[in-house]
Amino acid sequence: MKKVKVGLGTCGISAGAEQIYKILKDSIQKNNIEVDLVETGCMGRCYQEVLVEVDDNNQNYLYKNVTPDKINQIIHEHLIHNKPVNQYLALDLNRQSEDQFFQKQKRIVLRNCGIIDPTSIQDYIDRDGYQALKIVLDSLTPEQVIQQIDQSGLRGRGGGGFPTGMKWSFARKAEGNKKYIICNADEGDPGAFMDRSVLEGDPHSVIEGMIIAGYAIGANLGYIYIRAEYPQAIQKLKTAIEQCHLQNYLGENILNRKFRFDLIIKEGAGAFVCGEETALISSIQGKRGVPRVRPPFPAVKGLWDCPTSINNVETFANISWIILHGAENFSQLGTAKSKGTKVFALAGKIKRSGLVEVPMGITINEIIYEVGGGIINNRQFKAVQMGGPSGGCIPASMGDLKIDYDEITSTGAIMGSGGMIVLDDSNCMVDVAKFFLSFTQKESCGKCTFCRIGTKRMLEILEKISLGQGELEHLEILEDLSYQIKKTSLCGLGQTAPNPVLTTLKYFRDEYLAHIQDHRCPARVCPALVSYQVNPELCKGCTLCVKKCPVNAIRGEKGETAYIDQDKCIKCGMCFDVCKFKAIIKN
Amino acid sequence: MELQKNTLPSKKKFKVDLINLKSQQGSLIRLLQSAQETYGYVPEPAIYNISELVGISPAEIYGVITFYSQFRLKPLGKYVIKICEGTACHVNGAVEILRTIKNELGIGIDETSDDGLFTLLSVACLGCCSLSPVIMINDKTYGKLTPEKIRSILSEYKQ
Repeated sequence: MKKVKVGLGTCGISAGAEQIYKILKDSIQKNNIEVDLVETGCMGRCYQEVLVEVDDNNQNYLYKNVTPDKINQIIHEHLIHNKPVNQYLALDLNRQSEDQFFQKQKRIVLRNCGIIDPTSIQDYIDRDGYQALKIVLDSLTPEQVIQQIDQSGLRGRGGGGFPTGMKWSFARKAEGNKKYIICNADEGDPGAFMDRSVLEGDPHSVIEGMIIAGYAIGANLGYIYIRAEYPQAIQKLKTAIEQCHLQNYLGENILNRKFRFDLIIKEGAGAFVCGEETALISSIQGKRGVPRVRPPFPAVKGLWDCPTSINNVETFANISWIILHGAENFSQLGTAKSKGTKVFALAGKIKRSGLVEVPMGITINEIIYEVGGGIINNRQFKAVQMGGPSGGCIPASMGDLKIDYDEITSTGAIMGSGGMIVLDDSNCMVDVAKFFLSFTQKESCGKCTFCRIGTKRMLEILEKISLGQGELEHLEILEDLSYQIKKTSLCGLGQTAPNPVLTTLKYFRDEYLAHIQDHRCPARVCPALVSYQVNPELCKGCTLCVKKCPVNAIRGEKGETAYIDQDKCIKCGMCFDVCKFKAIIKN
Repeated sequence: MELQKNTLPSKKKFKVDLINLKSQQGSLIRLLQSAQETYGYVPEPAIYNISELVGISPAEIYGVITFYSQFRLKPLGKYVIKICEGTACHVNGAVEILRTIKNELGIGIDETSDDGLFTLLSVACLGCCSLSPVIMINDKTYGKLTPEKIRSILSEYKQ
């Protein structure tokens, strides 16, 4: 029997997957077609959503960019008449193994994403799910579990890169009757959706990792702190936790061994700073999410003052794989100090945007050109932004840099949680720096003076520069403030907030100078440094721009070429947006 | 096209949650979320209800409400437009989309139109970066937007 899978992750749904699923369901019922219709999570190929996969006699047919019209054709030709609709396939059938998108990837964390039905615990069990938990409970002491994780070389995937085994051993050794495990799923970096996709596509892998962590440190309760903006992921987790209770993977006497563990979901209320561990704990306790001084570290004094280990979603998803395949197999992947794989959310000006998992040690160029297929419209690759608001821009000239915690840190960026935004020559680096700083400035909790006021002053300077009112000494002030903010902030937010500015100043200083000295935005992005003019050859005299201009800066009668009065123009770009003949030019 | 109505859950839900959660440690945020799910925003009386039951002062509750971006102290319009200001959306022209919405509806971020039809909110990232630039209107996502597309989408809602 054929099996039809529809990718119902958030990207899929946003692209219209629910409608496609409904058409399939109705049509299968109406026509009595013998197929098994299931949902699955993110397949990673977000650029081709909606994706529908048909398993037919052990041959996979993956249909891309499916629309209602296309699905009706696929139902009719493939499902009813057994003739695959070749023109809609994502992969050429004969060359499937050569598909570059998957060739360079190594899927550990994403091993089940897009393959299993996330609402089915049986699907997970069929792919070795909860085997690792059995091994752990049957044959390993907590210390042996920690030793294995330690030997694997796994480092925290949330961005900090702290060795997971070490964190667990601190929490294990800490004194206390009650201990807690927390899964940090407060994925707040703009442009990052790795954790969401894992939770939506394979929630059990995270749960299994958490149960093992609980056993290792001696905790009986775990919290999953997740963004309320991820309703799909929350729903999948709730279903998965219920299933675990029914099958005795959670609750009392797990798998009839003397170990109990339970999980509670806590929905975050929207504050970027809650990604920081002490702020997160404060938020779980129902308070404002404000960080506190460390030490004591949460491993010693965390939630309700008890020893607590906080790990990221991706970190937990690695655990059962390491137990099953051995620490050695994991540590064989990657570089000397960065082991295993890393999931990246590839977005921006890249042809194949989506979710990718690559072995550590791969170069940036390999990710962009081979996995990602290069830059949209074959424009020039300018930089890649890694680590979100805490990270920085790595220029194209450093494309041979290896994905490795320490190498990336040496550039001024950070590995971060996995957001990778590709920028091309149409992106202004001053604008990018301003974008991130306005984000951190808004999200600063206000506790540390330099983070609260310093970021505000830096943002004001960047705004001046993008208005063409910058002065050379502004660059020095920016650098000076950056170092002071880094030095005097309590938590990661402030300590890293200046990174986007520092890296762009380091690698793209000429762009800052062009804004300051020549009052020019080389990428033509900063509105104040752009002027709008009418191209007389393309203007048809429709007068739409004349009508739409909010300040009456455009003159022209019907049939005449329009004229923009530069003195009156406020550069809002309205004329550029409304013109149907592309007759407005930006200079 | 079919427009989704802003349906409010039964008003009882908040009261049930109040009773169930009052003795749970650290339940303040959950209670505020419950109030907002029930009423669409956190009304002032709800703050006093919570304060009495869990023994936290209204001032401290107000501090928590204003700390988190999720909570609102004013009711929302019929259609809530969330514009994504994530990085991918930003580099793919979210600024132009925001400008178009502002021009079309005459409201800025965190404002509601006079007819009570639209509220404009900004969110850090909706997490569907491959469709950038993206907005959400109530529960429906619109991706790969251009100023032209957004104008035609808005005009459908205005009718």
